[in-house]
Amino acid sequence: MSTKLAQERITEAKEMRNVYCETLIELAAGNKNIVSLDADLMNSMGMVKFAHHYPERTFDVGIQEANMIGVAAGLSATGKIPFAHSFGPFATRRCFDQLFLSCGYARLNVRIIGSDPGVTAAFNGGTHMPFEDMGIVRNIPNVTILEPVDSTQLRDLLKQTENLYGVFYLRLLRKSAVKIYEDGSTFTIGKGVTLKEGKDVTLVASGIMVDDALKAAEELETKGISVRVVNIFTLKPIDRNLIIQCAEETGAIVTVENHNIINALGSAVAEVVVENMPVPMERVGVNDLFGEVGPQNYLKQRFGLTVENIVTKVNKVLSRKK
Amino acid sequence: MISKDTVKEIKILALHIRMETMKAIGNLGFGHIGGALSITDTIAALYGGAMKYDPKNPQWEQRDWLVCSKGHAGPAIYSALALKGFFPVEELLTLNKPGTNLPSHCDRNLTKGIDMTTGSLGQGASLAVGVALGHKLDGRDNFTYLILGDGEIQEGQVWEAVLFAAQKKLDHLITFVDYNKKQLDGYTKDINDVGDIKSKFEAFGWHGQEIDGSNVIEIIEAIENAKQHKDKPSVIVLHTIKGKGWAFAEQELFNHHMNISRDQMEEALTVLSAELEGLVKE
Ligand SMILES: Cc1ncc(C[n+]2csc(CCOP(=O)(O)OP(=O)(O)O)c2C)c(N)n1
Repeated sequence: MSTKLAQERITEAKEMRNVYCETLIELAAGNKNIVSLDADLMNSMGMVKFAHHYPERTFDVGIQEANMIGVAAGLSATGKIPFAHSFGPFATRRCFDQLFLSCGYARLNVRIIGSDPGVTAAFNGGTHMPFEDMGIVRNIPNVTILEPVDSTQLRDLLKQTENLYGVFYLRLLRKSAVKIYEDGSTFTIGKGVTLKEGKDVTLVASGIMVDDALKAAEELETKGISVRVVNIFTLKPIDRNLIIQCAEETGAIVTVENHNIINALGSAVAEVVVENMPVPMERVGVNDLFGEVGPQNYLKQRFGLTVENIVTKVNKVLSRKK
Repeated sequence: MISKDTVKEIKILALHIRMETMKAIGNLGFGHIGGALSITDTIAALYGGAMKYDPKNPQWEQRDWLVCSKGHAGPAIYSALALKGFFPVEELLTLNKPGTNLPSHCDRNLTKGIDMTTGSLGQGASLAVGVALGHKLDGRDNFTYLILGDGEIQEGQVWEAVLFAAQKKLDHLITFVDYNKKQLDGYTKDINDVGDIKSKFEAFGWHGQEIDGSNVIEIIEAIENAKQHKDKPSVIVLHTIKGKGWAFAEQELFNHHMNISRDQMEEALTVLSAELEGLVKE
């Protein structure tokens, strides 16, 4: 792992879906076993270019996610490396038993891509807004869950999965991300990244909330609070050592996620903390609610996924620390 | 025989639905225009006479139910509901806005007159079967209407529901399949061909009809036929055009979810108003 923080956290020019497509084309060029599956959302995912390059390795099954996951599992049993995409809710909720048994229990080798995480589903509304996808998938033994924060991380993680075996769930923003890492940064699956040192409290963040966590930390620093910021991009297996170390060294933790606070980052971090190094903890995330329709910024406000709310929770956790 | 006046009224309603749908989606600048416009004539036939409902009492026990399983056609149904007095027509412009009662996909808890929550394709089929079964159990004779997309019937759940509905002889369940030949990624035929839909339903024990889904007379007649048919659920396969009524969309291959500029919206509205004027004069 060799990471460098971006000089400037700006919105990237290239959309995440395009980076996904390009990287997969690159991988497929060197590995004839790589195949791509979709359930009638290839256009939405910007995968048309892949289909042009590798028509015989592109399978758009139509609107039938459960069948797609089963087919992907079958393909993997013959040595293929399937990357199967749908929107987050349909790639998880709609086909969980296929994920669990056909992929997980059968010990097969499948990559599932669930796009439009949480509030980024915006105008598609509540039915399409996954606040639960990672929480559901986390129940599969040995699964690896990744939520890349920007294009540099996405590219590196995708490439790494080529030579790994198992069930992978990649939670993917389709639009442009905010650049967090300098080009060329590399990552280790299962290891978190400390983005900023600090000694009073640690913010543990993932996905689109990493930028907000950094903003909140910057704001809190002006008030004399020293905030550490950690990016946990592997929800499972979670980086226990780093979390324990943060608990030990900063004595308070706030998790920040674009997901229900139940079953994903907040829960996973809490499990590590209470078992190893109990310290006060707060969780920023969706407080056990269904999604709704609207622009992303409105939804972030609506569900408390804001810099203000992070600051509030930090103040709360610090008051509990005393 | 259906009276000429009824047909004219329904055609006028269909044009109004198209105009309101164009306005709501155009006002936002993007939306699921293709699949909303392809099913509009059927929605007009339903709300223009085929279906029993009461705008002042959306929960009326004796009403017929509509489950639009292709929930992204919501905007067309919202337009019909507003035009029929369930809520003010101005509210249509709140589509997808913060705090709206009109989300992109149908929601029974938000919108007056929407009977079922849909958006995850395939699920509405089972919901409609459950609703029809419930009515039957209570000895009510109201009808349950179900709208499916042609791409949507690739979902296995649809066929589980279809099989079970026949088993339970749900002859008060009337299903439309909006066979506009397209799904999101292109032509259904090229992706996962659904082929002869009517025969498939018939093989599962349903009564089948296949009609021009843009022809109001055929739609009304097919619904009447279906209502008369006993002991089997009914399917009406609608041959339709995705984006029907907005020439630009009709010609686009990818017309599932589209951007609409102000100019495009105005242009489409001009064409539709002219058509409406002609029809009113007839
Ligand atoms: C289970 C599920 N998978 C995927 C989607 C995303 N999606 C929404 S509409 C659509 C295409 C629908 O095609 P079709 O059923 O033919 O409807 P129409 O052409 O009438 O709009 C897709 C893939 C969804 N809403 N639900």
